[in-house]
Amino acid sequence: MNLLGKLNWGAIPLDQPIIMGTVVCVGVVILAVLAWITAKGYWPYLWREWLTSVDHKRIGVMYLALALVMLVRGFSDAIMMRTQQAIAAGGAQGYLPPEHFDQIFSAHGTIMIFFVAMPLVIGLMNFAVPLQLGARDVAFPTMNSVSLWLTATGILLINVSLFVGEFAKTGWVAYPPLSELQFSPGVGVDYYLWSLQISGIGTLLSGVNFVTTILKMRAPGMSYMRMPVFCWTALASNMLIVAAFPVLTALFSMLLLDRYLGFHFFTLDAGGNAMMYVNLFWVWGHPEVYILVLPAFGIYSEVSATFSSKPLFGYRSMVGATLVICVLSYTVWLHHFFTMGASAGVNAFFGITSMIIGVPTGVKVFNWLFTMYGGRIRFTVPVLWTIGFMVAFVFGGLTGVLLALPAVDWQVHNSVFLIAHFHHVIIPGVLFGAIAGYNYWFPKAFGFKLDERWGKASFWCWFIGFHLAFMPLYVTGLMGMTRRLQHYDVLSWQPWLWVAEVGAVIILVGIICQVVQLVVSIRNREQLRDTTGDPWNGRTLEWATASPPPAWNFAVLPRADELDAFWAKKQRVLAKEDVPVQPHRYEPIEVPKNTPTGFVTAFFAVITGFALIWHIWWMAGLGLIGVAVTLLAFMFRVEDEVEIPAEQVRQFDRAHPVEVSL
Amino acid sequence: MNIAVEMDDVRQGELLNASAAGPAPKRVIAGYGFWIFLLSDIVMFSALFAAYAVLAKATAGGPTAAQLFDQRNAAMETAFLLLSSYSCGLMSLAINSRRTFGVFLGAAVTFLLGAAFLNLELREFQGMIAIGAAPQRSAFLSAFFTLVGCHGLHVAVGLVWLVLMMVQLSFRGFQEVVVRRLHCFSLFWHALDIIWVLIFTIVYLMGVLP
Repeated sequence: MNLLGKLNWGAIPLDQPIIMGTVVCVGVVILAVLAWITAKGYWPYLWREWLTSVDHKRIGVMYLALALVMLVRGFSDAIMMRTQQAIAAGGAQGYLPPEHFDQIFSAHGTIMIFFVAMPLVIGLMNFAVPLQLGARDVAFPTMNSVSLWLTATGILLINVSLFVGEFAKTGWVAYPPLSELQFSPGVGVDYYLWSLQISGIGTLLSGVNFVTTILKMRAPGMSYMRMPVFCWTALASNMLIVAAFPVLTALFSMLLLDRYLGFHFFTLDAGGNAMMYVNLFWVWGHPEVYILVLPAFGIYSEVSATFSSKPLFGYRSMVGATLVICVLSYTVWLHHFFTMGASAGVNAFFGITSMIIGVPTGVKVFNWLFTMYGGRIRFTVPVLWTIGFMVAFVFGGLTGVLLALPAVDWQVHNSVFLIAHFHHVIIPGVLFGAIAGYNYWFPKAFGFKLDERWGKASFWCWFIGFHLAFMPLYVTGLMGMTRRLQHYDVLSWQPWLWVAEVGAVIILVGIICQVVQLVVSIRNREQLRDTTGDPWNGRTLEWATASPPPAWNFAVLPRADELDAFWAKKQRVLAKEDVPVQPHRYEPIEVPKNTPTGFVTAFFAVITGFALIWHIWWMAGLGLIGVAVTLLAFMFRVEDEVEIPAEQVRQFDRAHPVEVSL
Repeated sequence: MNIAVEMDDVRQGELLNASAAGPAPKRVIAGYGFWIFLLSDIVMFSALFAAYAVLAKATAGGPTAAQLFDQRNAAMETAFLLLSSYSCGLMSLAINSRRTFGVFLGAAVTFLLGAAFLNLELREFQGMIAIGAAPQRSAFLSAFFTLVGCHGLHVAVGLVWLVLMMVQLSFRGFQEVVVRRLHCFSLFWHALDIIWVLIFTIVYLMGVLP
């Protein structure tokens, strides 16, 4: 028996200059960052204040940091594919060999969905939801930290696949029988499965955590119909996580059993049924679309109301539309594979439900428009992203209604028309929203605003680049171009793909603008400082505390006796109907104690995952024991809260006065 | 305690709307969160059930459900598991009245019944594998072993959890956190019963229908 399982020196792709170049660059960057941290002596601070933190705000920031780094990785994959397709027409073969190209499109999809969109959305919910609810933290702070670090584990494993071994060549959906051992004997699919399985557990725990937090920890007075819309969309999104991610866990377990123990769930022989995988995958996959897009809808709602200085138009219909989408999202999964060969009746049912689910989304678009109508709109960066979203999303949604017709779908199935469609809904629908949220809540998280000029430059580059990159794909899709082509012979597609390449480059400029925006803002932080805690003249409770908020969020738990209670109170104070109250009596506050549980669990999860991928059984056993011991140590921990003395709360409150408290 | 005074302290408006009552106590939050987790677990089982339903007839020329399942064995497993739920309920009562001996007794009975269940299940698996009805034989058997085995794995985890809780109880007594976890354990244990009743019906009873 080999002590290192399938692992040997051949696993490192020394013969591939592109990969080895990346390895060297990434290695240098990582070493430089580590050296910088060491030289500055930041390790103790980092460990104490961040890596072991169970504070939802810090966890949210770390999720966002992970997501933004992975956005760069996912985008690198994208621009490599665009470049390959721009060149590799007719006789030219491009610069990426097929087996590398296959890994790139698989990694691009997997990373963008699981390790960019998900952490962006979960990070923003982590940061904003407890503050908006007027809560001191989430329901289970340590579990929250475990969730974060398990997501980081998945991210680490998927990046390791770049340098040690290979990634899946199956596309991000990993359909069998291609993803079965018979056709994918390498470790690529195992990297895919274990990194998603481990991070999926983290996501599921996040879902449990947030449903409980939103339903059980709202501030006094905040009945359901007084919750900010972002909290409503977060609730819907997390209910979907709780109900959808277990399906993915079960599904991947089945595929793992097929691959590791010779089971026959999806194999070609012994009665396996590959279409069952496709069905179950999309039973998770379609709700996943709404898991991502609903919180973004919440952000657009907050942004359009705040920057129009008006209450959200049709609050109740917005809540209703959110919940209708939440339920309907389980009735449309088959539209991802109309070509499976189900009967016309089945296809018609799913076609009709797919069109119906567009209706509540339309309600939302009208609500945002009516919110802005007649308002005093301030065209800040978050508003630009919101308007850009509305323009692009309506168009992308319409192509979705086209695809919902089974007869049309049969023609353009698996073409780049489909690629154009889903990028057209998911980029404006999720990414634009997340960037709007990032600009919107950044001053709350760090105490200073982000630079407006670079933010706007970034928006315009993204907006223009996005359309240039994806509009041509509708055309080539209708011309018959299928997805995932490493090379093609139809020369009439090539000009369109060059336009798409230009679009990708403009998006790259947009990403660079975002990096510059961050650097410039940090440098000019004194001019951009927010001293009031309420830089945007906001409506919800997160603006009723200091920026950045203390670990305990609110010195005194706020009351929310109406919708937009903070805004209403400000209006009454302005009209001299009410006076701003300063809390006169402070009480000691219990906050959850920091713990390395999450970090250490993830450390062992990395070992376990890596060992399982490479069939190093002894190491997998050790890793699992490590996880178990860590959780046991947590279980037997005696103290899990620390008390902040009343005097400290008072001092902080006096040093960071807010205009109006509740 | 002067109830009249206490009542005056409560603002009447708040009583009307439970959803505006403010954050729930930690005991409620923990139990509620665990319920949500259990729901997610049940969703996972529902995917495994769906897979079983799809593959139940895919025997690939191998043994069928009717040939393999021994209903007497399944009935005994059911009896053990349901009785263990009853003793788990008695344990909960003992926890509520803080009777240490009662809790340990209830836990011991629950553990033994759960272990007896697992023993029967493992023997059944062993017997099937011995006659060549291993999960690698057909898609039907893959689905069967995964669904029933996943439930068995849950029972095994529950047994370990129960032992750990007894250790905690003997060291720390009826601390709030210990009681909270015992409460979650009993929720978990009863949920496994619900899953088992479905397995008994769908796998063992419907499987042998002519």
